[in-house]
This record gives sequence, C-alpha cells and structure tokens, in this order.
Amino acid sequence: MKKTGSSRRRFLAAGAGAAALTSCGKTATSPSTGAAGAANMRPYGERSAFEKPVRALRELSASPGTGSSRTPLQDLFPGMITPSSLHFERHHAGVPTIDPAAHSLLVHGLVERPVVFSLEDIRRFPAVSRICFLECGGNNIGDQRGESTPNAQQSHGLVSGSEWTGVPMSVLLNEVGVRPEAKWMIAEGADNCRLARSIPIEKVMQDALLVYGQNGEALRPEQGYPLRLILPGFEGNMNVKWLHRLNFLDQPAMSSKETAYYTELRKDGKAEMFSFVMEARSVITRPSGGHKLPPGGGFHEITGLAWSGRGRIRQVEVSVDGGAHWQNATLQEPVLSQALTAFRLPWRWGGEEAIIQSRCTDETGYLQPTREELVAVRGLNSGYHYNAIKPWKVQANGEVVSVPIQL
Amino acid sequence: MFRFNSKIPVLLLLVPVALLPQQPRYGFGQPATAEQIRSADITVQPDGRGLPPGRGTAVAGEVVFRSRCVVCHNERGAGRPGEYPALVGGIGTLATSKPKKTVGSYWPYATTVWDHINRAMPFNTPHILPPNDVYAVTAYILFLNGIVQQNQELNEKTLPAIVMPNRNGFVMDSRPDIKAKR
Repeated sequence: MKKTGSSRRRFLAAGAGAAALTSCGKTATSPSTGAAGAANMRPYGERSAFEKPVRALRELSASPGTGSSRTPLQDLFPGMITPSSLHFERHHAGVPTIDPAAHSLLVHGLVERPVVFSLEDIRRFPAVSRICFLECGGNNIGDQRGESTPNAQQSHGLVSGSEWTGVPMSVLLNEVGVRPEAKWMIAEGADNCRLARSIPIEKVMQDALLVYGQNGEALRPEQGYPLRLILPGFEGNMNVKWLHRLNFLDQPAMSSKETAYYTELRKDGKAEMFSFVMEARSVITRPSGGHKLPPGGGFHEITGLAWSGRGRIRQVEVSVDGGAHWQNATLQEPVLSQALTAFRLPWRWGGEEAIIQSRCTDETGYLQPTREELVAVRGLNSGYHYNAIKPWKVQANGEVVSVPIQL
Repeated sequence: MFRFNSKIPVLLLLVPVALLPQQPRYGFGQPATAEQIRSADITVQPDGRGLPPGRGTAVAGEVVFRSRCVVCHNERGAGRPGEYPALVGGIGTLATSKPKKTVGSYWPYATTVWDHINRAMPFNTPHILPPNDVYAVTAYILFLNGIVQQNQELNEKTLPAIVMPNRNGFVMDSRPDIKAKR
C-alpha cells in the first residue's frame, strides 16, 4: 500500500502487473528427473503455488469496499473465459453478504401479476448459458485522460469473460405478464447503495438473462451472488448485481448512475446519455507493458483480445511499425457474438525499437478508431466508452512500455 | 426518447409486446402483496411519481448535513478532492477544458438528488434518513447551488417542479459517432 500524492487512493497488489515474460527467473536447462513427494488432494481447488497473477485493487474513495479490481490480462492466456477468481470487479457500495435462502426477487410495476420469486423458484425455470464479455463503461479511462497506462491490466483490465447461466428474461416477462405500456425495466441491487439502472424493454426481451451461474458454479459474491442481470454487450454497470427488484415503468427512472455518472460530456458541454453498448475494441496483451523480451530480436507470437458489444469480431489487424502497415491476425475459433475473441500473429522481431498495436472490426463493419480520430469527435472530457487503439513500445533493450499520450 | 442502436430483430420492434404469442406459464413464485410492493418500491421518477409525502427546507437540511454528510462532503458541500465529490459549483464549466460536474452544474433532475440520497446516503449507514430529512438535505444542497431559497419548502409536489440548471444538457447516445479510416 502506498500513498500517491496527498490522495488516499490506494493501489494494492499492483506489482503483479510487472510480471515479465522472463520473470520466472530460473529456466530449466536439463531434462526433468521427476518430482519428489506428493501433496494432499483438496476439496476445492486452487492454482499452483508457483502461479502469481492477481487482480490489481484500486479504492476509488476513502470509503471501504467501493472501488475496482482489474484483471491481469498481460499474465493470462487470452481466451473467452476469465478465471472467476480473476474476474474484474467494480463496486459502488461494497460487496454484500447474502444468504440465498433469505434472498428474493420482487417483480412489479406495469405487469399483470406482481410476483416474489425465491432463488429456488428461479432455478426451476428452464435455463440457458451464454458466453459473453462484461466490461465496465469506464474501461481504459486512464488513457482517455492521457495517463498512458503502463500495462494491459491498468489500461483494459475492467473487462472479463464468463459463461453465465440463468433464465432468459423473456421467460420471466411472460410469467408476470408485462404490459404493453411498460417501456423500461428498473433493475435494483440489494447492495448498500441499492444501485439502480433503467433498461429499455427491447433489450430485456431480446437477450437479457437473470443469472445465478458463472463458469459452471454459483456466482461469486463479487459478481452479484446469488442473482444478477446480464445484458450482453451493454456497459457493466447496467448488469445489476445482487439483484432483488425489477420495476417496469413507462419511462426511465433517471437514476444517478444514468445521469450524474455513465454519461459522456462532449466538446459543446452537452452530455450523451443512455450510451449502453460497448463498442468494438482490442488490445495486445503479449507482449505488452511490463513485459521484457530477450534483447537482440527473435520469434514472438503477438497475442491479445478483441470484443464488440454489437456482435462478432470479424477481423483483427496488427501493426508492428507504428501503424504504417497492418497484417491480419488469426482469430481463435469459435468466434462468439459479444464475447472475448483471442487473436494471434507470429512476429519475428528484428531487435530494434518497435511500436506494436491492434485494431479490430466487428460484424457491423465498425472499425476501432485511433485516439486522434476519437478525440477529434468527442473531445477530451468524454471519460467513459474510450475504445481507441492502444500502442505499446518494444524498446531495443526488450522492455515493453506504454507510449506517452500527447494531450 | 430512446433510439436503439444495437442489432435487434426488426420484427421484435414492430410487434407490441402484448401481441406476442403467449407462452404457457410455469406458475412459480408467490403473488406480491400491495404491502410488500409498497415497502420495497423506492424508485423515484423524474416527474415525481414514487416520492413519499414529506417536506423540508435548506434551514432544516443544514442541520442534518452537518451531522450526517459533512464528514465526507465537507463544509457547504465543497467535497474533498480525490476522495469525495463536490456537491456545489461548476455551473458554466461543462464546455470548458476543466469541467466541474456537481449536483448544481450537471445533474438534470432534482428528483435524482432525492432518490440518490434516499437509496445510497449516508454512505456508511444508508437508509436511516426519514423522508423529511431527505427533503431537507436535498433542499440544502440545492440552496448551496443557488437553485432554491433558504426557506423554500420542498415536498413531493414542489421538488419535481424544480428545473435544474443542466436540465437540457443531455442528448441521446449518438454512437456510432466515429468513422475510423483504414
């Protein structure tokens, strides 16, 4: 724990971000002779004691329990699933402890039949699973502000992917008989701030899920145990955790989290609201900030992640010369809609300084912009939904660092 | 007021929800009673629906603010930079290079202020303020921003009638707004 200036903001466990390609220290040079001894079995598994990647915790105010933790993207093998223990978090009033036997979901408002569902009731409905990404609307806000975030965890660590299991909201709407005049669903959590967001009924009908499962087991407490909303492709804050109430209205509630926060200030002083979809973006996670390549050049596979709230990733291109030329990366199959998509490109590094970066195109044809293109339209005060290309500099000594941002 | 950007099957948009074929119901769960709904429903809407009866002035609100809010939000809602947001000031700064977003300069509805205090404040001990105190603290914060008078009573009728300085400061999501070049 260290202080930054006069602020009491705390950056905890950020050291993991410095893990380097060659950080294991010792490298085996002779054939294995086998291991000695054997550990006991464990009823609930943990990773090997040799594996160290952790989330970076950041308290956003001096009040305990609020803040965020970021997924160590640069230390993981990119794929559509993030280990539950490393899933990013963003809490606005701490993590409540909820006994599922005492938890219920009240559905009311513009419905024919207001109902209280127990967790047991909800688990009796026919279920579906859906693999999709979840991303904070403020992911990469550091670069938006010109901070040149030092590694992929600090830049893009507020995104993760999971297989979510639960009940389609369309089934629940049929159950309660939602009325035609219901245009918005207000979802409310049981956390201390009773976080509430208004969701358009079209999205609720289309693919919203009432979720109790994450990667094959119950939701983690930090992910909303025992019940949360998942809205594929929509900003994380709307995927309300610890869900305990759904209120159907003919208008949005204009809660603080959809007016005072999660709105984007434009150059003309107006702010955009109801900016729900996470637009396409990508980032190279290896090699990336904090990694160190053996100097002198050699073969490296460039890998990273791409995702879009509007559908499937169609193409990822990688440049190793500062954006002058671009090559198509290989996408890991299967490519799923609104899911993290891994990409890879073989690279023979010549040992000289190189700027490497990725850009993606989604199935709507949307191309990820450069910072210059984004700022030209939105200005410098937009904050949320910053999805610009993120370059990394591979120095001649092999160290990979962030590229300073010109404001 | 809401234009949907995502790709939705066009049919779904054209068919009113009530006309969709009714699927059989499972019948799980218990009917919610009026009392259950009344005690759980804290949603306050921008037109004032959902506000409970009650009243308060900035004079009464200052007393509550000093005992419950000042520890974080500081004297007269000045905030503590880097830790707790300022509640006051910033009017006229939104189009500048240093915008200051506060209740006074940014929040479009007074009902949102009431709703936020009621559901989330005081941060460490929320849900302890009775409606009269929430009206009073709301009045005090609006008074500090020059939006209401010190002795002006706010209640379930007058609160939603307040026009906040940034009431017309919001527009709908315009994305995709950037056409990147290959």
